[in-house]
Amino acid sequence: MSLLEITDLRARYGEFQALSGVSLSMEEGGVLAVVGANGAGKTTLLKTIAGIVPVAGGSVVFDGHDLAPLAAHQRTRLGIAVTPEGRRLFPNMTVEENLLVGGHTRRPGVWGLERLYDTFGVVGDIRARLGRHLSGGQQQAVAICRALMSNPKLLMLDEVSLGLAPVVVDQIYATLPTITEQGTTVLLVEQDAGHALAASDHVVCLLEGRTVLSGPSDQVSRADLASAYFGLAPSH
Amino acid sequence: MSAQTPAQQSATEPTPKPTAGSTAAAAPEKGGAHAAPSDTPTVRARVRRASLSSWIGAAVMLAVLAVLAMGPYVFDRGLQQRLVLLFALVVMGTAWNLLAGYGGMVSIGQQAFVGLGAYGLVYFGDVLGLSPFVAIVVGVLVAGLVSIPISWLTFRLVGGYFAIGTWVVAEVLRLVVAQTDAVGGGAGFTVRSFGGLDAVYRIAFVYWFGLAGAVVMVAATYLLMRSRLGLGFTAIRDDAVAAASLGVRVTLSKRIVYVVAAMGAAFGGGLTAANTLRVQPDSAFSISFTVAMIFVVVIGGIGSIEGPIVGAIVYWVLQDQLAQLGSWYLVILGAIVIAVTLYAPRGLWGLVSRGGRLRPFPVGYRLLDLPSAPSRTTAAAGAAAPDTPERN
Amino acid sequence: MDWVNALAQGALLGGFYALLAAGLSLMFGVMRIVNLAHGLLAVAGAYVGVVVVEDAGLPLWVALVVAPLVLAGFGYLLQRGFLNRAVDLGGLVPVLVTFGVAVILTNLLQEWFTADSQSLRSGSFGTASVQLADGLSIGLLPAVTGLAGVLVVAALQWFLARTRSGRAMRAASDDPEVARLMGINEKHVYALATAIALATVGLAGVFLGMRTQFTPGYGDLVLIFAFEAVIIGGLGSLWGTLLGGLVLGVTQSLGSQIDPAYGFLIGHLVFLAVLAVRPAGLLPKVAVA
Ligand SMILES: Nc1ncnc2c1ncn2[C@@H]1O[C@H](COP(=O)(O)OP(=O)(O)O)[C@@H](O)[C@H]1O
Ligand SMILES: [Mg+2]
Repeated sequence: MSLLEITDLRARYGEFQALSGVSLSMEEGGVLAVVGANGAGKTTLLKTIAGIVPVAGGSVVFDGHDLAPLAAHQRTRLGIAVTPEGRRLFPNMTVEENLLVGGHTRRPGVWGLERLYDTFGVVGDIRARLGRHLSGGQQQAVAICRALMSNPKLLMLDEVSLGLAPVVVDQIYATLPTITEQGTTVLLVEQDAGHALAASDHVVCLLEGRTVLSGPSDQVSRADLASAYFGLAPSH
Repeated sequence: MSAQTPAQQSATEPTPKPTAGSTAAAAPEKGGAHAAPSDTPTVRARVRRASLSSWIGAAVMLAVLAVLAMGPYVFDRGLQQRLVLLFALVVMGTAWNLLAGYGGMVSIGQQAFVGLGAYGLVYFGDVLGLSPFVAIVVGVLVAGLVSIPISWLTFRLVGGYFAIGTWVVAEVLRLVVAQTDAVGGGAGFTVRSFGGLDAVYRIAFVYWFGLAGAVVMVAATYLLMRSRLGLGFTAIRDDAVAAASLGVRVTLSKRIVYVVAAMGAAFGGGLTAANTLRVQPDSAFSISFTVAMIFVVVIGGIGSIEGPIVGAIVYWVLQDQLAQLGSWYLVILGAIVIAVTLYAPRGLWGLVSRGGRLRPFPVGYRLLDLPSAPSRTTAAAGAAAPDTPERN
Repeated sequence: MDWVNALAQGALLGGFYALLAAGLSLMFGVMRIVNLAHGLLAVAGAYVGVVVVEDAGLPLWVALVVAPLVLAGFGYLLQRGFLNRAVDLGGLVPVLVTFGVAVILTNLLQEWFTADSQSLRSGSFGTASVQLADGLSIGLLPAVTGLAGVLVVAALQWFLARTRSGRAMRAASDDPEVARLMGINEKHVYALATAIALATVGLAGVFLGMRTQFTPGYGDLVLIFAFEAVIIGGLGSLWGTLLGGLVLGVTQSLGSQIDPAYGFLIGHLVFLAVLAVRPAGLLPKVAVA
């Protein structure tokens, strides 16, 4: 049984149809990358899985549960965690408080404050600082730790590299294996197809709210991905 | 009588000046259409302005006004006096609607200006010896002036805190007036400046005065909202930051509305005092005036010109009919306010006019969708439009 | 000595105002709701006290337990029933809805308890006092009330900073959407915040009933004073609210010392002066912390 099974998913903002047929399937373990141009609907897809945007058609089944009738906080309890686009730490709370809020569901698992401080040394060093006083890279690291605090089965990362210096992006990506080793499956959203291909086992491309390409990362050529990304005719 | 109309007009006159500038009559509409969150409603409404239903609506309104104008020849004195209360409700409701429905400012302290209006009659009429009708008009102007420094303080608060802040101001005025012996102190004052006038004439004149005031207030609001200022308000309400970036002068526009609303409340106070001839600090500065305004506006339909008129009539009728219910009457009204706010934010008028097809006052754009979710996105789209209007 | 006495009484009164205002401050801090029914709910707490003490003949301390519980239950239901929807709709809606609640409750209380003024008999507890010096004596009731104000503020502060639910409230206040992503049921957390706020209001109401004669209309005055304490102290800061209460209590008390008719007026004027000079309040804070 797959961990996440999405079939012909639709979602809208008022009149505007932001997802008009997304299908994908994720096995447990490993990393799936969702790529697509700005406005393709990647964030909307994550929000629809997480329960911030309602399902307007199609289905999302996670770990055997139909997600559509569940509220966002109930989905978190099932083991879905997100680092939102732009990090969005709680600005008036300290790093440690941000992490504690991340652990609100009290799902059991390997990740806890001490373990995260050990594994992500930078986060331990800034535990007493307020969310709004951190650099972008620090925020991203804290946001990932905050999501891990719920010991999720599925961790969804929305544009982790956005606005960060290349070395910082590399550091962030270097932590992915540590996360997957503990049995967490990762869904990675990226505009940068190069990073996405390198870090993932499987890649899906969105164009104007639809899945237009899907395949194992080592079998999808950059040219195919590029034409799907921009909505051009396939190159072969 | 005749002294009233020009004075009222001059009272509202300052409003177009700061925003309209020297642009020609057509220009505000053009600029406003850009400042408004989206172009389409403006265009659609302009078609509606000439629509048949608005002509019929206007004709009905004129007929009703003509009948009301004959009031003193037709109605007995008791009914005339009760209708004066209705006129006061229309004026005060329209004023509060201007403030909350268009300006986005919920005040629960408008009794500050109601009280000033009532004491305007006392002070300028009885103490200084002006004709009572002139005294009321002067009181209205003074209330408008006083509201400017008050706004310097209250505008520092937003949302619900603005609401209570205005109330504190009203309390201060009440306590100060209650300590002022020249106007009767805490015991109050009996108005005698109508002196020589026979009761029949006094009641008739007060009636016409009130009717004229209601017409002027509604007309002024209508013109104000059709002006560039009104269009700017739609933009402000939908997205203040975007509006400011488009050159809408948010604070100035709000202040203008605050002043006009203060004058409307003051007129209601003066009129009520002229009707009852008895003025006391505790009742003239009573929050029950503002409570009534809120009922009138919310029940009738916040953010539309017709709403407060409908609301005033409903409130006025219910008040008579349900008086014997005592406190239960207000319990019911409170429940209606909650229900309307949460489930029918366009109020009775919104329900009756079915989304605005029936419109005696085609203002040219919709202001009714108070807490509308989609408006934010359209506002953003409007703000992003490349053809920014010329600044005023 | 009169002035020292006025100062001491004012400080204790300030603690009482902080107790009255803490719930208003909490609801604003967490949900940005300005609860126009706040004052009235305090008076409702006093009436619960009347039922417990005068009608059922139970001791005062029972009222001090029951009133907060009743109001907390009411607060939870109110938030889940209406206010959550009002918060979602935003704009003018929360103000208008709490206004409606205030009107309904005022008139219900009038129907049930009449508009005649009542008070809670507090017996020797209400009259006992300690003579500290010639012309300076501290009443037991005002002292306990003032202390309760300080304790409630400290307890709320501790709750928000140190408990799981308190952190969830602050998270939902900072960013409701992300709070949901963290597994927080924001509707429940908001209802909990309102329940706690109203529990403090219920407690304040029972003290109010012991201190003064009250009618359903008395809620207006309570709302104004609570509001002034919150704004003087600075929005969203509970310690600020305590300070604001003290400033208000002391000025009113000193003002009354000049002329009894001027106590409230001078309190209002100090409030307006703070608004003019320090619009962010004396201890401004971005959020509850
Ligand atoms: N809150 C919203 N309201 C209306 N439209 C939205 C909203 N959020 C996103 N959109 C629109 O939905 C589409 C997809 O957006 P998004 O999912 O954020 O894309 P991506 O993350 O791939 O850049 C875009 O056209 C965007 O403008
Ligand atoms: Mg995105």
